[in-house]
Amino acid sequence: MAEPFAFEIVSPERRLLAGEATEVVVPGGDGYFTVMAGHAPVMSTVKPGVVDVKMADGELRQFFVRGGFADVAPSGFTLLAEQAVALADLAAEDIEGHIRNAEEDLADADTDEKRDKARQTLSQLREVRDALAHMRR
Amino acid sequence: MASLKDMRNRIASTKATQKITKAMQMVAAAKLRRAQAAAEAARPYAEHMDKVLRSIAGGVAGLESAPPLLRGTGADRVHLLVVCTAERGLCGPFNSSIVRLAREHASRLMADGKAVKFLCVGRKGYEQLKRLYEQQIVEVIELRGVRTIGFAQARMVGDRIVEHFEKGAFDVCTLFFSRFKSVIAQIPTAQQIIPPVFEGADGNGASYEYEPEEEEILAELLPKNIQVQVFRALLENAASEQGARMSAMDNATRNAGEMIRKQTLTYNRTRQAMITKELIEIISGAEAL
Repeated sequence: MAEPFAFEIVSPERRLLAGEATEVVVPGGDGYFTVMAGHAPVMSTVKPGVVDVKMADGELRQFFVRGGFADVAPSGFTLLAEQAVALADLAAEDIEGHIRNAEEDLADADTDEKRDKARQTLSQLREVRDALAHMRR
Repeated sequence: MASLKDMRNRIASTKATQKITKAMQMVAAAKLRRAQAAAEAARPYAEHMDKVLRSIAGGVAGLESAPPLLRGTGADRVHLLVVCTAERGLCGPFNSSIVRLAREHASRLMADGKAVKFLCVGRKGYEQLKRLYEQQIVEVIELRGVRTIGFAQARMVGDRIVEHFEKGAFDVCTLFFSRFKSVIAQIPTAQQIIPPVFEGADGNGASYEYEPEEEEILAELLPKNIQVQVFRALLENAASEQGARMSAMDNATRNAGEMIRKQTLTYNRTRQAMITKELIEIISGAEAL
């Protein structure tokens, strides 16, 4: 049995989850990574995607996050998510909404830098949508 | 002199007003509870954000390469004052105390020969500021249709601020809002957000690995920090507004009660005086026969 560590997901509006987890998979800016107890302190950006949390009591919980930061410290792991929803509460239409928003962002972008960023977000969101569709089938 | 009917009408209208202020007070109390809960719920994120920013900023702040959002532009010439107020009045001195603080700040800066620009969030602040500084208001953001403040609004305001900053429209940005202390005390507050001011000791010494690079994280973190600061200000403001409205309406209800008491007394006196007068007329008429 893996060792538990303190884990939190907070969004600007509220704290979504606080408790003990044994394993958390995060969509980091440079790719998915897994955090377990005793992980080296890391600060990473988070791209849109799904966070898998294995709680200390064995329950598996999944959250959709859209952007934010992961702060892995010796005292615990805090995920600062700009937007976060429990996957179970997330309807397919919501993702479509996010994608539409991202498409608008792309259309509105006036600099190359912004356009790149918007395009990246859009493709990540599409990935998430496809992954979800796959999972539910 | 007013007739008895007029006086009855006046008492009725005072009573109606009292009912309205009473209802507003109760609505404000309910909204205040919700606003306080929202402010409470937002705290963990803001605190953690602050911690993260401090630990990164501590290492980069002194460097030439530090992003301007952290370091400032190096100049101190043009100031942007972001004045957050409410959309509605009838909340005692809430709006005007924020505006007064911003105005004092502005006149001090202008006396020092600095240029001042305003960005108003909320209609009430704009209405008060435009009388004095119409030319200097660069933007007005109204949150009129918004029932509860969400992060989306804060993000919009934050993005606008950063956009102005990137265009080089100002050097220093200060946020004005009212800090919620209790129902009877709201403290108008000024907080400098660009470049950020860190209070107390920074850097907790934990050595992090950064992924991607520190600079890249900072580039994302700094604009977000501004959004978070704006969000916190808006939430504090929302709670303060309801608190101020609650005590203002409580006063109004009490004043209306006092007024009703006085009016009823005058009404009763006048009525009695008329009865007495009629009696005298009847009796002296009978005696004359």
